[in-house]
Amino acid sequence: MERRGFFKASLGAAGAALASTAVQARPNLEPAPEAVGMLFDSTLCVGCKACVTNCKKVNGMPPVPFGDQVQSDFALDLSSKTLNVIKVFSSGTGATKDAEQNGHAFEKRSCMHCVDPGCVSVCPVSALTRNPRTGIVGYNPDACIGCRTCMTGCPYNVPQYNYDSPFGAIHKCEMCNQKGVERIDKGQMTGCAEACPTGATLFGTRTALLAEAKRRMALKPGDTYAYPRGDVRKPDSFHEKTVPQYQPTVWGEKEAGGTNVLHLSAVPYDKLGMPPLGERSYASISEGVQHTLYSYMALPAVALGGLTWLVKRNTEAENKGDAE
Amino acid sequence: MSVREFDVANEADYDFAAVERRLGVSRRTFLNFCTGIAASFGLGTKSAMAMAAAIANPARPPVIWLHGQECTGPTESLLRSEQPSFEHLILDLISLDYHQTLDAGAGHRVEEVKHEAMKKHKGKYLLVIEGAIPLAQNGIFCKTGGQTMMEATREAAEGAAAIVAFGSCASWGGVQSAAPNPTGAVGAPQFLTDKTVVTIPGCPPNPANFLGTVLYFVTYGKLPPIDEKGRPKWAYGQLIHENCYRRPHFDAGRFATQFGDDGHRKGWCLYKLGCKGPETYNNCPSLEFNNLGGGVWPIGVGHPCFGCSEQGTGFNKPMFSLADVKTHTPPNVFPIIPDRQNPASSTVVASAAVAGVAVGVMIGAAAVAGKKLGDKDEQAKAEPGKGA
Repeated sequence: MERRGFFKASLGAAGAALASTAVQARPNLEPAPEAVGMLFDSTLCVGCKACVTNCKKVNGMPPVPFGDQVQSDFALDLSSKTLNVIKVFSSGTGATKDAEQNGHAFEKRSCMHCVDPGCVSVCPVSALTRNPRTGIVGYNPDACIGCRTCMTGCPYNVPQYNYDSPFGAIHKCEMCNQKGVERIDKGQMTGCAEACPTGATLFGTRTALLAEAKRRMALKPGDTYAYPRGDVRKPDSFHEKTVPQYQPTVWGEKEAGGTNVLHLSAVPYDKLGMPPLGERSYASISEGVQHTLYSYMALPAVALGGLTWLVKRNTEAENKGDAE
Repeated sequence: MSVREFDVANEADYDFAAVERRLGVSRRTFLNFCTGIAASFGLGTKSAMAMAAAIANPARPPVIWLHGQECTGPTESLLRSEQPSFEHLILDLISLDYHQTLDAGAGHRVEEVKHEAMKKHKGKYLLVIEGAIPLAQNGIFCKTGGQTMMEATREAAEGAAAIVAFGSCASWGGVQSAAPNPTGAVGAPQFLTDKTVVTIPGCPPNPANFLGTVLYFVTYGKLPPIDEKGRPKWAYGQLIHENCYRRPHFDAGRFATQFGDDGHRKGWCLYKLGCKGPETYNNCPSLEFNNLGGGVWPIGVGHPCFGCSEQGTGFNKPMFSLADVKTHTPPNVFPIIPDRQNPASSTVVASAAVAGVAVGVMIGAAAVAGKKLGDKDEQAKAEPGKGA
């Protein structure tokens, strides 16, 4: 095959795939009707890590030690032993809280519970599922084959695999509603929201939380506001605090199709480690590509035909060479 | 006054027996006290001995003590200081020439003594200010002997060798400086802007912090290192939160949520009840209060710190409102969020468009593989010795 012919064939196939994608891609999924979520307000977080501790308590996970010391949890990132972690953005002297220059800001990393989750879309065996009612992205270890495609399909790098176990499984936040815990089904809130002393992690329905976030952003910076703790629909207490200058958007309202876990911050979200995401969900785009490519197995059949033709042609040329 | 070196071999040069008689304490108790004070500075035995020598020296620096707007809390807490009992020490360590609460005399005679002492010891006496200074309407809200606190402070500050503001009122205004502050009360540093004022805030302040600072002055003839708010660094260098023995509960997320609840009984962190330890600089966790022992200080007895020594916190913030956590020290460390501009961290997401091209490339690669297969067959035929 000529070099020219090779490029023609590959570009043609890629072009066909892209063209059909543009036409057939499905829209983003809509939030589940009774979607539950959490609102993390970075400006309220004081870095006490009560959420991390309670998460481990509720989910029966061990603390991550640092060398010989076992008094504190030293988890550096999400792992098979850590479903949520408090990280810090720091610049310059790091003296002022929630300032971009010479400041610091806390960020909670845990599953964002995407409205249109990438991990669910890529899972070949439907071990990861989006609950049709609550929107919680759940995991079924019995169905999982351990391929870890979900880890590459998540824009937030959330699902984690325990490589050290012969019976490895994926570990991710399931909003304290996995089998054996089922706090949401029992009408309780998540462990992290329950423990948070400042209401930085607030539990509630996505609708109520989005309204609360919008309310906070509409406040005048410098005024005081009674911040609720616990469940936004029936807060167990309030505490008054000065309103900071929030970023103009709520992270998770639209990003990659939206998330059920929303974030508010006074520093830009990319400083808090959020990836650059558009409004289209990756699941909607990639499903468009994949479902088009494999529609009625037409394109694989074409590819197979082409390959057969190539092999045949080459073999013929070879046979001819033998004859000479 | 230069630093007095003290040689242990020459201990006999210092008449500790006289100190024993004068102070009514045993030599052992006395040296224990000096060592304790030196230890709270982080100083060694030698400094303790220097302090002991300074106290044993009968030449006592004169002290003028002014009262402004206050409740006499600092004097009251100082009176209850022990080891050795304060009245013995204050009469022998310093020459208390004027003190409105403790002076036996009264009226114009005492005012005369004050003026005489100020004239006689000009440039040598220690001025202690207790209480805020009202500035509104020329300071008419606080008068002693026909003199406003403003005038008295200005007059006494002129000839003072050093000025110590004792208590939150004198340090930054205290309770009367909280809004709406009708008398225009300010602390001594805000009034005496051209002078260095050492502040010992607290409501009431810990007498050990005052005693330590004064002993430092008596011993070395200068004031201890102070921070930008005039507080001695040895006493106010760290947040209460940094040394609090309830801190591990904070780091582990165990909070008392109500007075008398399970967590409160177990001695968990009081942050959620409004503890201002995370924004208040003081040494309460290490010294507790007034040598009472037994964990007697607010947090020790189960009440959140209300930030009495911190300007803008005590009397200014609601008692049970959440504190701003100012700093984090080990063991509470956090993983850093890396900068997104770093290319090493930007490999998380592969776009679908790239995936589309990849599909095309894969088909191309398969074609090449098909061709190579043919080539390999050719090679195998050319070299019969090698298998395909």
